[in-house]
Amino acid sequence: MIMLLPYAVAALVLSVIAGGLLSGVDRIVTARLQSRQGPPVLQPFYDVFKLFGKTHSVVNPWQVFCSFVYVTASALALLLFFMRGDLLLLFFILTIGAVFQVVGALTVNSPFSQVGAQRELLQMLTYEPILILVFIALSMKSGSFLIADIYRLEEPLLPSMPLVYVALGYALTIKLRKSPFDISASHHAHQEIVRGVLNDYSGPQLALLEIGHWLDVVLLLGICSLFWSTGVVGMIVLLAATYFVELVIDNVCARLTWQWMLLRGLCAGVILCVINLFLLYAV
Amino acid sequence: MNRLEKLQQWFNKRINEGRLKSPWIVHFDCGSCNGCDIETLACLTPVYDVERFGIINVGNPKHADVLLVTGTVNSRNRHVLKNIYDQMPEPKAVIAIGACGMTGGVFRECYNVLGGVDQVIPVDVYVPGCPAKPEAIIDGVVTALERIKVKLGLIEDPALSSGEAAAALEPVSSFTQTAPEKGVESEAAALTGESSAARSSAFDAPASDLSAAGATSAKETAAQGDATAENPAGETSAAAFEQEPAAQSETAGGTTPPAGKAQEHDGKTV
Ligand code: SF4
Repeated sequence: MIMLLPYAVAALVLSVIAGGLLSGVDRIVTARLQSRQGPPVLQPFYDVFKLFGKTHSVVNPWQVFCSFVYVTASALALLLFFMRGDLLLLFFILTIGAVFQVVGALTVNSPFSQVGAQRELLQMLTYEPILILVFIALSMKSGSFLIADIYRLEEPLLPSMPLVYVALGYALTIKLRKSPFDISASHHAHQEIVRGVLNDYSGPQLALLEIGHWLDVVLLLGICSLFWSTGVVGMIVLLAATYFVELVIDNVCARLTWQWMLLRGLCAGVILCVINLFLLYAV
Repeated sequence: MNRLEKLQQWFNKRINEGRLKSPWIVHFDCGSCNGCDIETLACLTPVYDVERFGIINVGNPKHADVLLVTGTVNSRNRHVLKNIYDQMPEPKAVIAIGACGMTGGVFRECYNVLGGVDQVIPVDVYVPGCPAKPEAIIDGVVTALERIKVKLGLIEDPALSSGEAAAALEPVSSFTQTAPEKGVESEAAALTGESSAARSSAFDAPASDLSAAGATSAKETAAQGDATAENPAGETSAAAFEQEPAAQSETAGGTTPPAGKAQEHDGKTV
């Protein structure tokens, strides 16, 4: 596994670029769905570079610390993914990053940040059980939590666990900050709590969080790609289709409440996973 | 070492590029009649789609680069306005929208009204009109970027260079674009030279008195409305962004203060 480290580092650098481009394509497709023209595809990079050039205006030092921990955790989780490491370890690192983002938002007095942080915690409460169940399902098929073992499988996983994949879609929507689950912070500005959990990060800190977000998106898509681990073409088709469906859902849905998210999102995701696990066990 | 410096240079270049290509705005309604607010929000609709230029309405001063202010300043909301301005990290620009934002407009004589936005914070660009047209507001943001360029030292201050050069740098009023005519062009060059001087002097001395400009700009907007009536909106605003050397048509100055005011400024500050 350690042999893969140089490749994994290279892949990590590439995924920063890929994540930014994906975000740009996302904004263009979203604009087209709303019959607008949309920004240039490099727009996320312009945004991030601009943010790096802004003067520091932090409320307290914790914000700087938390933004660094967040981006480091996201990078480490992705590194572990590219090194074909342990899914559970990856999951915990991802959680640490997300928690520190919330801690940073909780250290300031702004009510918008506070509400955003609470909502972010609720979002984590929703997607983490689903992710764990997805990992359990993956390990039931491959025999271990190592990603390397999944790549050793002869057949793609999707036909045997479509319901798990749908449940993973819930987690993906939450992590991507897409409607109807963009309750803690929205990419489209002007929410009732302004930018929610991101509200009081500004300038370079916000840029770091944005890069961390790109890495998270790449990681989540990577986890989706495990469901078609046997062929590159199938993998790309699956990811493109998944992402497009996410965008359509984002555009046809309104933002909903956290109660709705917990009830529908969590329950539906867990039930889908459990049904699929039973089917796997029975067959 | 050398390589490190090169990397740093590259990084700085990208940062400056980003500053010009992603102006995030925060919009503050400082006691406007909502006419200008509606026009400002109209910029975000599919008809005008300012996201093409990377403009996002973030609604959060801590993330914003450009502050759009509509309406007059009064004794109560001046503190709010100042607070929002102070929360924005540098580099930043301020755009005063509408006759009210410029001078107080129709509310100027009210007992509680202090006047234009520049009574409280330094303003970079004035967008005349009652209400200002969405095209003019987009044009105002683009002109504010030119001001940021000057602040960053990327280009020379058009106010300091000759009138011709100033005209080449002015993107203003290209949304009222018609075929450029020779005679108009030179006249316009002089006009833009003056008006940008006015803007920069207003930037340096925010508390200057801008009397009687509301009426003039209102008249001007009426003229502008006629000129832009035939143009499909989406195309014209795109032209406003891409066209660099804007030849001025006779309805000059979408975002510049009227000529009379410009002279008044020159008289005061130079
Ligand atoms: S300029 Fe006119 S439209 Fe705009 S806020 Fe003032 S009165 Fe209203």
